[in-house]
Amino acid sequence: MEVLAYLIPISLFLGGIGLVAFLYTVRSNQYDDPEGDAQRILNNEWDDHPKP
Amino acid sequence: MTGQTSSSAAACPGCIASPAEPARVTPRDAQIALSLPGIHCSACIATVERELNAFPGVEDARVNLTLKRAMVKAAPDLNARDLIPVLERAGYEAHELDPGALSATQTDKTGRELLMRLAVAGFASMNVMLLSVSVWSGATDATRDMFHWISAAIALPAIAFSAQPFFANAWGALRVRRLNMDVPIVLAILLALATSLSETALSGKHAYFDAALTLTFFLLAGRYLDYRTRAIARSAAEELTALEVPRATRLVGGIEEEVAVADLKLDDLVLVRPGGRMPVDGEIVSGRSELDRSLLTGETTPVFAQEGLKVSAGEVNLTGPLTIRATAVGEDTSLHQMADLVAIAESGRSRYTSLADKAAKLYAPGVHILAAFSFLGWYVYSGDIRTALNVAAAVLIITCPCALGLAVPAVTTAASGRLFRNGMLIKHATALERLAEVDTVVFDKTGTLTDGKPEVTDLSSHSEDDLQVALALAEASAHPLSVALARAAREAGIEPANLQDIKEVPGFGTEAAYNGQRARFGRAAWTGGEAENVTAAWLAIGDQKPVAFYFSDSLRKGAAEAVSAFQLAGKDVMLISGDTQGAVENLANWLGIHAWEAEALPQDKAARVQEMGDQGRRVLMVGDGLNDTAALAAAHVSISPASALDAARVASDIVLLGNDLSPISEACQTANAATRRIRENFRIATVYNVIAVPLAVAGLATPLIAALAMSASSITVSLNALRLR
Repeated sequence: MEVLAYLIPISLFLGGIGLVAFLYTVRSNQYDDPEGDAQRILNNEWDDHPKP
Repeated sequence: MTGQTSSSAAACPGCIASPAEPARVTPRDAQIALSLPGIHCSACIATVERELNAFPGVEDARVNLTLKRAMVKAAPDLNARDLIPVLERAGYEAHELDPGALSATQTDKTGRELLMRLAVAGFASMNVMLLSVSVWSGATDATRDMFHWISAAIALPAIAFSAQPFFANAWGALRVRRLNMDVPIVLAILLALATSLSETALSGKHAYFDAALTLTFFLLAGRYLDYRTRAIARSAAEELTALEVPRATRLVGGIEEEVAVADLKLDDLVLVRPGGRMPVDGEIVSGRSELDRSLLTGETTPVFAQEGLKVSAGEVNLTGPLTIRATAVGEDTSLHQMADLVAIAESGRSRYTSLADKAAKLYAPGVHILAAFSFLGWYVYSGDIRTALNVAAAVLIITCPCALGLAVPAVTTAASGRLFRNGMLIKHATALERLAEVDTVVFDKTGTLTDGKPEVTDLSSHSEDDLQVALALAEASAHPLSVALARAAREAGIEPANLQDIKEVPGFGTEAAYNGQRARFGRAAWTGGEAENVTAAWLAIGDQKPVAFYFSDSLRKGAAEAVSAFQLAGKDVMLISGDTQGAVENLANWLGIHAWEAEALPQDKAARVQEMGDQGRRVLMVGDGLNDTAALAAAHVSISPASALDAARVASDIVLLGNDLSPISEACQTANAATRRIRENFRIATVYNVIAVPLAVAGLATPLIAALAMSASSITVSLNALRLR
C-alpha cells in the first residue's frame, strides 16, 4: 500500500493543474467568443508567426 | 498596422514604435462598439479586422463572432460614423452601438464568478469521488481514515469557496424570517460536513464529503444554466437598446453640434431632421413638417406641425427639418412620466410566486420536520446521539433538492433556447410559467398588429393619368404616404409622368408643373380636397376636382395567423388601440376580433388590463408604443416587438426579434410544454425521494446510495428537460 503515498499526491497535483489551467482560461477571457475562436483557427493570417 | 504597433510596444519597450507611443496615448481612448449582423465566418472576421485596423486612428479592433460585434479602440476624435462606411464598402452591414448601454454584458462578473465556483466544485468532487470509490470498494481501517481525512481536506475549502451563493441566499432569507430553497440546501451541506468530520475523527464507516460536493456541483450547474439563459437574453435586449444611440443636434448661435441627449438643457435649440425622433419635449420655433405620433398615441394619421406646436419626446419628424426649443428634458419629459406609470403598474407583478418558490414553500419545512423526527426517533430508540445525528444528516442529504434545483433552470434553458432560435427573447425568469397560464390576449393595433406603414387601398379606382402624375410627385418625397403610393404604383407597372420644377413643401406635400398646369399631391386643405376621418392624400391637377388616395395600415406578417391561433386555442382576443374608431373597427373585423376598443388613452389601456387582472383573468399584452408601456407592465405577461420603443421593451417580459408575429402563439405552446416538464421534473424528484427517504430514515442509507440516487435523479431531470429542444 506504500504506493498510495506517491499516487495520492500525484493525482491531487494533476487535478490541481487542471483546475488552475481552467481558472487561467476563465480569467483571460477565453470563453467570451467561442464561435469566433472556432472560426479564427481557419484563418491563414497568423500561420507563420503568432499575432504580436 | 496600428493595432500591432500599439500592443507590441506595450509588450516590448525597446520596439521601434515606442517613441511615438507617449504622444499617441491620450488620457481617454474612444471605445467604439459596432453591431455586425451579417458576419458569419473566419473570412468575415479577417476582412472586418483588417479594414478596421487599417483605418487611421484605430488602435485595435477585435471582432466577437458570438455576439456579432466589433469592439474598436481608437483615437478620441474618431467616430463610429467614420468606420461604418469603411465596413459597408467591404460588404458588411454595420450599426453603431452605444457602449454605455453595453457595459453590463462586457464585464460579465457574476457569470464568471459562478463559473469559477462551478469549476472548483467540479474538480474537488471528482477527486473526492475517486477517494470515495476506494472506500466503497473495501478500503478499511487506517487506509479508510486516511482517505476520509484527505477528502475532508479537499471538501472543506472547496465548499467554503463554491457554496457561497447558497450561504448568502439562505442567510438573506433567514434574516427576514423566511424559508427558501437554499435553507435546506445549506443545512444539508453543513450538517453533512459536520457529521462526516466527526465520523472521520472517530474513524467511523460513513463520510458524506463526496455527497456534499456533488450536491454543490449540481446545484451550481443549475444556477449557472439559469444565469446563462438570462444573460444571453439580456445581452440581446441590451443590443437593441444600444442600437439607438441617444444623440441630438444642438444649435448654438446657428452652429450645429452633436451632443448626447442627456446633455441637453432647458431652452436649448434642437434641430430634428426628417426621419429623426424628438429627443426632448419642446415647442417648434421654426420649420414646417408632419409628425408621426403613433408610438405615443397609436394614431396612424400624421399631424401637421408648424411654429408654436408643442411636441413630445418620442414623436417622429416626417418631412421637413424642425428646430425646437426644449421645454422639458431628461426626467421631466412625457416619455419619462410614462415610465412612472410603469413603475406603479409593475408592483402588481412582483406578487407572482414561481413554481420553484411554491415547491420550496412546501418542501423546506417538510424536509426539516422529517429530519428532526428521524433524529428524535433514533435518539429515543437507541439513546445514541451520534447515530441519531448521522441518520438526520443522511435524511437531509438524500432529500436535498438537487433535482429540484435543476428542475426549473434545465427546462427554462431548453425552452428559452428553442424560442431564441425562433426569434424570441425571454427576458424574465418566470415569463414562461406566466405565459402558460394566459387566457386573454390583448393586442395593440399600430406597430403591433400592423406594421405602422401605410398601404394604398384604392389604387385601381384611379385613372392611368392621375396615377402617373401622383407617382412622379410621390417619388419626390420621403413622407410615408408618398413612399407607400410610389411603391404600390411601381408594382402596378405605372411609369411616372414627366413633370417640371418638382419641389417638396414640408408639412403640406409636393408640387410641380405638369403640361403647364400646377399639380399638387398632399394634404386635403392644401390641395383643395375635403378632410375626412380616414388616412388620405389628395392629388390636384390644375383646376380639376382633387382626387383622394386612401391608405390603411398594412397588416404585420403573421398577425392573422397569431390571432386565429389564439382563438383556436380558446383564448379571448381583444384589440385596444389609441387610433380612431373607423381604423380600429376595420382591422378588428378583418381579423375576426369581436372585442375591441378605440381611442384609448395610455391610462385607459393600463386600467382596462388591470381590471381584467382583478377579475382573475391572466392577460397577455402585446404592444409596442409608449402608450402601451403601462399596460404592458400591468399585464400578467407581456410581449413587444423589436421595433418597439425602448421603454416598451423594458416593460415587457418577452421581446420578439423578427418582424413576424406568428411565433407568439407558438411561444404559448412552448410555455405550456415547459411548465408541463417542470411539473414532471418535480414529480421525478419526488418519486426518488419517496424511494430513498424511507431507507435514510431507517438508517440504511450509505454514502454510495446517496451518491447514486442524487446523480441518477439529476441526470433524469436534465434529460427530461432536453426533450423540449
